[in-house]
Amino acid sequence: MPTAARLPAPDADPLDHLDRLEAEAIHIMREVVAETEKPVMLYSVGKDSAVMLHIARKAFYPARPPFPLLHIASGWDFAAMLAHRDRMAAETGMELLVAHNDAAAAAGVNPFDTPTPVYTRLMLTETLTAALDAHGFDAAFGGARRDEEKARAKERVFSFRGANHAWDPKNQRPELWNLYNARKRRGETIRVFPLSNWTELDVWAYVAREQVPLVPLYFAAERPTLWRDGLLLVVDDERFRFRPGERAEPRWVRFRTLGCYPLTGAVESRAATLPAILAEMRTARVSERAGRAVDQDESASMEKKKAEGYF
Amino acid sequence: MADREPGLARSGPAADTRAAAGAGAAVGGAAGPRGLLRFITCGSVDDGKSTLIGRMLHDARTLADDQLAALAADSRRHGTQGEEVDFALLVDGLSAEREQGITIDVAYRYFATARRAFIVADTPGHEQYTRNMVTGASTADLAILLVDARKGVLTQTRRHAYLVHLLGIRNIVLAVNKMDLVGHDAGVFSAIVAEFRAFGERLGMAEAVAIPISALRGDNVLAGSAAMPWYTGPTLLRHLEEVEVDGARALAQPFRLPVQWVNRPSAEFRGFAGLVAAGRVRPGDPVRVLPSGRTSHVARIVTMDGDLAEAVAGQSGTLTLADEIDCARGSVIAAADAPPEVADQFEATIVWMDEAPLHVGRGYWLKLGTQTVSASVAAPKYVVNVNTLDHLAAKTLELNAIGVAEVRTDRAIAFAPYAESRSLGGFILIDKLTNATVAAGMLHFALRRAQNVHWQALDVSREARAALKNQRPAVLWFTGLSGSGKSTIANLVEKRLHRMNRHTFLLDGDNVRHGLNRDLGFTEADRIENIRRVGEVARLMADAGLIVITAFISPFRAEREMVRAMLPEGEFLEVFIDTPLEVAEARDVKGLYAKARAGKLKNFTGIDSPYEPPLAPEIRIDTTTMSAEDAARRIVERLLGED
Ligand SMILES: Nc1nc2c(ncn2[C@@H]2O[C@H](COP(=O)(O)OP(=O)(O)OP(=O)(O)O)[C@@H](O)[C@H]2O)c(=O)[nH]1
Ligand SMILES: [Mg+2]
Repeated sequence: MPTAARLPAPDADPLDHLDRLEAEAIHIMREVVAETEKPVMLYSVGKDSAVMLHIARKAFYPARPPFPLLHIASGWDFAAMLAHRDRMAAETGMELLVAHNDAAAAAGVNPFDTPTPVYTRLMLTETLTAALDAHGFDAAFGGARRDEEKARAKERVFSFRGANHAWDPKNQRPELWNLYNARKRRGETIRVFPLSNWTELDVWAYVAREQVPLVPLYFAAERPTLWRDGLLLVVDDERFRFRPGERAEPRWVRFRTLGCYPLTGAVESRAATLPAILAEMRTARVSERAGRAVDQDESASMEKKKAEGYF
Repeated sequence: MADREPGLARSGPAADTRAAAGAGAAVGGAAGPRGLLRFITCGSVDDGKSTLIGRMLHDARTLADDQLAALAADSRRHGTQGEEVDFALLVDGLSAEREQGITIDVAYRYFATARRAFIVADTPGHEQYTRNMVTGASTADLAILLVDARKGVLTQTRRHAYLVHLLGIRNIVLAVNKMDLVGHDAGVFSAIVAEFRAFGERLGMAEAVAIPISALRGDNVLAGSAAMPWYTGPTLLRHLEEVEVDGARALAQPFRLPVQWVNRPSAEFRGFAGLVAAGRVRPGDPVRVLPSGRTSHVARIVTMDGDLAEAVAGQSGTLTLADEIDCARGSVIAAADAPPEVADQFEATIVWMDEAPLHVGRGYWLKLGTQTVSASVAAPKYVVNVNTLDHLAAKTLELNAIGVAEVRTDRAIAFAPYAESRSLGGFILIDKLTNATVAAGMLHFALRRAQNVHWQALDVSREARAALKNQRPAVLWFTGLSGSGKSTIANLVEKRLHRMNRHTFLLDGDNVRHGLNRDLGFTEADRIENIRRVGEVARLMADAGLIVITAFISPFRAEREMVRAMLPEGEFLEVFIDTPLEVAEARDVKGLYAKARAGKLKNFTGIDSPYEPPLAPEIRIDTTTMSAEDAARRIVERLLGED
């Protein structure tokens, strides 16, 4: 990266890798706003959502991003995430919609007793598709990256979904250059992934460069934890159900990915600053997904969930 | 960053990020000092494309421990290599792909070495999935074309080489794979290289760098090969790290910004947002807005981090102009002294990607840059046989055909030849009914130059003409079977409007066929052309301020939608004269149904040619329950009610 005062030679490429990724994401967002009727941004409060929101503000500046934020709240979100979510909505002045499956929660669906695939379908997938239908959104931005998972690696930037939000991986529209085809029939929707070509490390490098505000959970701190089923869980509130013999112990941990707190694993770490996290990232030997119980059930689980309407 | 005011440049953590990123390969990757290279693997079925990418990801140590464990387990379940690791499973991520052992759609993977960051697209070899290969290739800087050493250059190898060449990829690697299965024989390698060179020369393709490899064993992928001491060139990865890509080409061209979106947060601010397609721009630069041709100066380059002193190709920006001039989505803001051409007729190479073949003459949406217009494609001049490179005559373009044809757009658009600019020369065609992306196209040149600025010269606007007549222009488009009552009702409608001092004109099917369309018959292609011409005439008359009434069977939905798209929103009213076939046939005023039934009249709508009823007509008239007079009254009420 050139230092501030130095101009590069006139024929050198003045844009670096992150500049290009940012420019691409901005271009994608503007295409959606220009070509769809009622877009919405899925805001999960995680780091990818944070980057996506930051880029949306840049894309439409000085206007406010011309779409609302939608948070799918499972009811088992980390308290710090909800606080951060509300703070960001206030700071950006964007409308925040929160969707929650009251009926399932009232019927007793919870991350301790309900099998994870059923829990995910009811509290996340179906809540999402119902919210999109109820508001009549025809396009939804998501922060998914292709480097996360092998089915995501196959998905287009504009992911076309049929009337029941299903992804048909064997019949995707060709996507040439940066010409996106946003045409669809009534009842059909598209999911749009502006960060498709970003890696986890790109996201962190961008957060550092742009000073993107993140939930504190991404930074190491001493938190009450316990090991369960291969995940290092953080006991976030008094609703946590201990199994016989289990007990919370303080450990220095941080998260690489965030979701429902009883289903998301932390990593042991002392990295409390961005440079420290970046340094750890470069030597990491496990993938980000290893921390997500919802992604672990079956080998083809992401593809299956997408066919059900998941992001 | 050079594009920012020095005071606004980023500082702090970013600098150490970049320095440290160069230290070694990392899971997930970030850019090395040589920036980013986007490449694809392509070639025939089973030549080892996916295996090669998997091998690279593995050897570059970009895989996490849990991913390696999953790969080992997957390989035992689905693999093609017995107990050994099947690297293809790292990229073949769809369940159908793993079950069948083939690639169906492109997989994008990311890795970085100390020298460069890479985005790899692994494309499918099967001809059936060519459009997915084209998707992957359209954004690549470099292509690795694989050949199975046992099989040599196959039809699919040639097809992919041809597509890579068409898409303008100048860096090509010929990777002769599976050398382990031919005893690592130098003779096999050089024979394949010679055969491919001969083909490439006839194509006029850039020279390929040839490397003998074994994707399965890793020979010459990252590490060299003890089994092939006769090969002294670079390993594949070394070549990818060092190859020069021409990233600065767009930067050296004159400035172009296709406008994506007009940013109007308040009455005081009007910004034009878009991705700079070529060149550089600074505040104060004179610019011309196309296709209108108006000129102004750049006032500011606005970003959330403060105004910029310069924006360059590849950057997404927002410009404000010094003057209030007409500029909207689809306009191109360009250097005033070197604007792009504007035209509405082109020669183009088209790759057809849909199961339904090209309908010559039918309207499709054409998207180029941020411009979306209605366009039709003439009968191809030729299609290319990818094996022999011969030009073959063809009436249409079928799935996976590559052909050259004339393209006409209904409005002039700003463009550049594809060879000069991917952004202003590459386009897609979209089917207006299914919304599918049916073709990719590359413009060669304009066949008839639209005289650049003649659009702006019309000082008397269509609104002004209509205002003088005290009416709103409209096209009442009657459609229905022969004998349904279109002409009768259309006549009554015109009489009524005339009595009300409205300026009208009735275009009737039979009359037009005696003059304007005398040269057309009743084949599907001729019927499409018939409607296109009538649509154009109707549009001109509406521009003149008239209320136009047309009475044509116009049996196809796509053509009616084509005419609708020619007119401003709300000016096209589809009037469906809904008379069941039995009723129309029983009336048979002109005796045509009898002739058609007797086989004396071919392609008669309703008998041996289809009629596609409108799905959502503005007005529907059921002639079995309503008299012609009542129908005319209702239509007029509906029309003027809109006033
Ligand atoms: N012996 C040997 N086998 C190889 C080599 N490379 C690939 N293979 C095998 O060839 C078969 C096909 O490999 P893939 O990587 O799936 O081929 P592909 O080109 O991606 O196939 P499609 O994407 O379906 O066109 C698999 O069984 C591989 O294990 C090699 O260098 N040597
Ligand atoms: Mg493959």
